[in-house]
Amino acid sequence: MKVKEFIQEVKSGNIDTEEYITKVIEEAKKINQDYNYFNKIIEEPIVNKNGKIASLPISVKDCICVKDVESSAGSKIIKNYIPLFNATCVQNAINEGGVVIGKTSQDEFGFGGFNVNVGIDFKIPLNPFDKERVTGGSSGGAAGYTQKTKYAHIAIAESTGGSIVNPASFCGVVGLCPTYGLVSRYGLIDYANSLDKIGVIAKNVEDAALGLDIIKGYDKNDSTSAKNNFQLTNFLGKDIKGIKIGVIKESLNVDKPVKKAVENSIDKLEKLGAKVKNISLPLTNKYGIACYYLIAMTEASTNLAKYCGIRYGLEEDLGKNFNEYFSDVRSKGFGKEAKRRIILGTFARMAGFRDAYYLKAAKVRTLIIEEYKKALKNFDILLSPTMPMIAPKFSDILKLTPLQNYMMDILTVGPNLAGLPHISIPCGFEKNMPIGLMLIANHFDEGKLIQTADAYERK
Amino acid sequence: MKIDKELILNVAKNARLNLTEEEIEEFLPQFKEILNTFSKIDKVKTKDVKASFQPIELKNVYREDEIKKCLSQEDALKNIIHKKDGYFKGPKII
Repeated sequence: MKVKEFIQEVKSGNIDTEEYITKVIEEAKKINQDYNYFNKIIEEPIVNKNGKIASLPISVKDCICVKDVESSAGSKIIKNYIPLFNATCVQNAINEGGVVIGKTSQDEFGFGGFNVNVGIDFKIPLNPFDKERVTGGSSGGAAGYTQKTKYAHIAIAESTGGSIVNPASFCGVVGLCPTYGLVSRYGLIDYANSLDKIGVIAKNVEDAALGLDIIKGYDKNDSTSAKNNFQLTNFLGKDIKGIKIGVIKESLNVDKPVKKAVENSIDKLEKLGAKVKNISLPLTNKYGIACYYLIAMTEASTNLAKYCGIRYGLEEDLGKNFNEYFSDVRSKGFGKEAKRRIILGTFARMAGFRDAYYLKAAKVRTLIIEEYKKALKNFDILLSPTMPMIAPKFSDILKLTPLQNYMMDILTVGPNLAGLPHISIPCGFEKNMPIGLMLIANHFDEGKLIQTADAYERK
Repeated sequence: MKIDKELILNVAKNARLNLTEEEIEEFLPQFKEILNTFSKIDKVKTKDVKASFQPIELKNVYREDEIKKCLSQEDALKNIIHKKDGYFKGPKII
């Protein structure tokens, strides 16, 4: 059921909301036994019958704070951490009647593209189409559950380098990551501050537009929060005649079935009236991964410095000196990928290496942003596959080195580095597994993304 | 640049992480592969290019320095076991 239909049913009194939410929780528990989409399910959520999304079940990625509900970002080091406040985006959703049903599973602190890098003692979510395959990450639980539940749903997710569109692509749902700053990051357990963006995962474009409308907005508690007043639902139901789409040439160097599906989508968009041309982004293609990971790891290593077992999170016996205590807590609490990123990030900003790695990457980032800005002078939308392949099998991922893992983000790191809004929509199947199409727009041009994706989805 | 055990241990110490022998053995070739590949950003010409620390330009936000409501001492201590007399209790410094 679409969110809009659900809300109409609620408003006309055809749905007993308390009973409905009870059924939603029962289903979520059942799904969770088989698929591990939740780190925490709320037994008796608070139902609010007022607002634009009155009584709508919503899920929240584990790294986003929900008052009085364990919020651990999928990490042992802050397992059992219970926030004393709601993240602004969560509060916005609750104010409009959203009912938080649980915290969705993710890679520890968002450190992964397959959701296999979960923290110590956390479970790995399984793909809703094939349990031998990954959900994608890092918002894997959000995407898997959105696909699997039969009830109306909006998932609040988060992306640093592709963590919304990647799992949306692998799970066959819509992932919408907004412009940097459109949604307040207040209450987000951060990964990399200059890259983190909160967005939504939904069953269709209309639900995604509505979801983002609800959670976005200026917030004085986030110094990077942007002022805006557009409504994305106003861009639904329009045609796309004359809209200019640039196909990113380098992005079509992917698995054949993915290329084929994307080419079919391009034909379809042309038939709908879009003007399509090829565009090249050579710098982003060549240096995007290195630039992204150096910046993301550097920022992550400073963000994770606060986890030392003093004010919250994992604690150890106090009978040690200062440094021994910190090191002990951190070594026991962080998973392997978190340790890798902390060490690489600390290295990239250490005296003697800082100029060659972190600062160099920050300069390359400027050039990448300029490359996108130049392309977006000639085009309304840039288009590529979301991921270079369908969701891989767990057995195939085991063979990859960390670097090979990072390389899978080649198509998603670009728009994330540039803070550009992007959306992934389903565009075909291969071996019964979904394929995702990614559209990218200029800063604060989410409307064009919704307009194009919605027109595509309706035909 | 030489990436060896000594360098990794030094960085890990800085980051307050104790690594096991197995972890060092596993991480060393991985770090070599990653850093050798990432080093290729050297080739990008960045003379006169300003660094970007945010994706969009930001303006400073100023506000009055006013006293506002904040967490109570009791609430602030809710997420920890080690506490004493309304304060966080930490390990010995000296």
